Amino acid sequence: MGWKRKDLLTIAELSIEEIELILTTAESLKEVGGRDIKKVPALRGKTVVNLFFEPSTRTRTSFELAAKRLSADVINFSPSTSSVVKGETLLDTARNIESMQADIIVLRHSSPGAAEHLSRFVQSSVINAGDGWHEHPTQALLDVYTIKEKKKEIQGLTIVIVGDVAHSRVARSNIVALTKLGAEVRVVAPPTMLPLYVERLGAKVYYQFEDALNGVDVIMMLRLQRERLGQALLPSIREYAKLFCLTSERLRLAKPDTIVMHPGPLNRGIEISPAVADSPAAVILDQVTNGVSVRMALMYLLSGAA
Amino acid sequence: MNDTLSNHTPSSIVCIQGGTVIDPGHVNGRADVLIQDGRIVEVGYPLKHSIEQDDSVTILDASGWIVAPGLVDLHCHLREPGFEYKETIQTGSDSAVAGGFTSICAMPNTKPVNDNAAITQFMLTKGQEAGKARVFPIGAITKNSDGEELANIGELVGAGCVAISDDGRPVMNSLVMRRALEYAKAFGVPVVDHCEDLHLTDGGCMNEGVVSTELGMPGIPDASEEVMVARNLALADLTGVCVHLAHLSTARSVELVRHAKAQGLPVSAEVCPHHFSITEEAVRGYKANAKMNPPLRTDEDMQALRQGLVDGTIDVIATDHAPHALQEKQLEFDTAPFGIVGFETALPLTLRLVDDGVLSMEQALDKLTRAPAQLFHLPVGSLAPGSLADMVIFDAKEEWVVDPEQFQSKSRNTPFGGMTVKGKVKMTLVEGRLVYDAR
Repeated sequence: MGWKRKDLLTIAELSIEEIELILTTAESLKEVGGRDIKKVPALRGKTVVNLFFEPSTRTRTSFELAAKRLSADVINFSPSTSSVVKGETLLDTARNIESMQADIIVLRHSSPGAAEHLSRFVQSSVINAGDGWHEHPTQALLDVYTIKEKKKEIQGLTIVIVGDVAHSRVARSNIVALTKLGAEVRVVAPPTMLPLYVERLGAKVYYQFEDALNGVDVIMMLRLQRERLGQALLPSIREYAKLFCLTSERLRLAKPDTIVMHPGPLNRGIEISPAVADSPAAVILDQVTNGVSVRMALMYLLSGAA
Repeated sequence: MNDTLSNHTPSSIVCIQGGTVIDPGHVNGRADVLIQDGRIVEVGYPLKHSIEQDDSVTILDASGWIVAPGLVDLHCHLREPGFEYKETIQTGSDSAVAGGFTSICAMPNTKPVNDNAAITQFMLTKGQEAGKARVFPIGAITKNSDGEELANIGELVGAGCVAISDDGRPVMNSLVMRRALEYAKAFGVPVVDHCEDLHLTDGGCMNEGVVSTELGMPGIPDASEEVMVARNLALADLTGVCVHLAHLSTARSVELVRHAKAQGLPVSAEVCPHHFSITEEAVRGYKANAKMNPPLRTDEDMQALRQGLVDGTIDVIATDHAPHALQEKQLEFDTAPFGIVGFETALPLTLRLVDDGVLSMEQALDKLTRAPAQLFHLPVGSLAPGSLADMVIFDAKEEWVVDPEQFQSKSRNTPFGGMTVKGKVKMTLVEGRLVYDAR
């Protein structure tokens, strides 16, 4: 099949075939990163704008690197240096960028639906690099890619997502992606950190970390956002770490060949112990490497180069 | 009696002929209406009074249409003073009469807040200058609606406020609410509360449920409304003063009020057309025109609200007309303001309840005319002889497509654009004067 979409806004809108197409395209582009000269001319003359309204280092860098490896010109645009502080709206900012003939706008924004909203008003392709608590589709795609790399098939795997699912776009996109591809997805967290009706997204709900680990192939840790303290979601970091830190002892409750994932940045000693983070089970740095390939694949497909 | 009305002053006599008059609780059938000097003289068929057939008598043909008391809205936001870019009292009044409303109660969340006689008088003057619907200001409960010190309620009522409310900014402090109810007792004005626990809302911007979870949107739980409904019922019991609960949106709120009324507590309640017409599903696609507070809820809530209208738990239908400018509703969903334009779609949405067999035409009109007028002690809402001749004349069968570009309101924010509805206002009269004519 060919690629038909103008934008990549959510995992929810993608068919299984579209996900497979992105992954196989990423597979063939991954080799570029291993070359001495890490560049192909696929997007030469195209302009990619990273429009980041929230602070981000790794996602923005990953997109930037992906675009550059495809020979696109990349502009980084972030609110501290932009006119947003002067009261300009997202739409006006984006229209200005579009008028500079941007081919792809990569948007990160704190409002759920911001990317979808923007896509209705601009001709440029829009990639959602995270919209509030809603979705972070490229993260889910690179996670799926990494799991497939290690486990071959998603179908039949048992995957547990650990932590603040309610406020996590990474969790939402992954629940949707992994259930779509046939995995059993569990979520485990204090009930304050699980959204109402999370089971309707296809996830099985657990409250005890130990119970949730039984028989799992993949453990996906979420970052504990410290600003959640003071919102009555958890009593203390100490108690959270005691109940939900992935330690070597807890890791042994999962399958022997289980893999451990984390979208970064890590809170060592809070949600993940250093011993686990640095163990052979951890594929955290593979996720980072694969993120570049998956984002290259997306930009390649969206630019119509395919 | 067989008097002949003579014309002392030209065109002070209006006769509405050929329509079906529905004056809830009094008349429901084929009748003509005779008006002199802005007041109803007679409703009947044939009329007992005879009228001289000359040019000075204005004959309005209402054949095939329904003639009812002008609609009365207990809850609207006219935005003036302070937010004239959204709506003015003039454009709001134009919008009201286009929707068949002849009396509208304006909430005090203007800028400055209507917490003193000068603002009340300003709104009354602007309403008279607009010359369309009657504008009845609602005063603030607390100074600047800050929820702390009581506003000068005596002064507000003296200046013409018909009720008090901190709408949009609920009175969170229960002691202040208690004192407001007690203090208002001396003036006989209803106290209106927008029931919302802001701690529970916690920045939510749509109903908390399946859709908010899928969209990753912070939700407003049902409980946010219900705990304050329960609080207000307890305070009504404590003080013996009637609390009017604005725009109920959840099934449990309806149940709480039903239970309280059965116990004889002094309470009244309203519902908005959007809450009994559509659900949270309308938000999908991050449509800011479907963003309102209280939020659109579920189908179960919608059915409970309808049932509440049927059994009298909910007394009135109010619009919560809340215009916002295009640039505000074009913001991202979570930053866009709450509210929809209500006047111009309220009647057809209510008539859907009649089509769906939920209410009879007379019951539906009662919730929009007699009942609200009675709750706020307004001298309107009836076509009895001697009453002010405020009327709406509409074609209950005519279908039309809602086109926000055609709104008389200054704003366009509605989730109903493009929807085919039934029931079109043909004429609106205030004190016998034709203030809207779409024949």
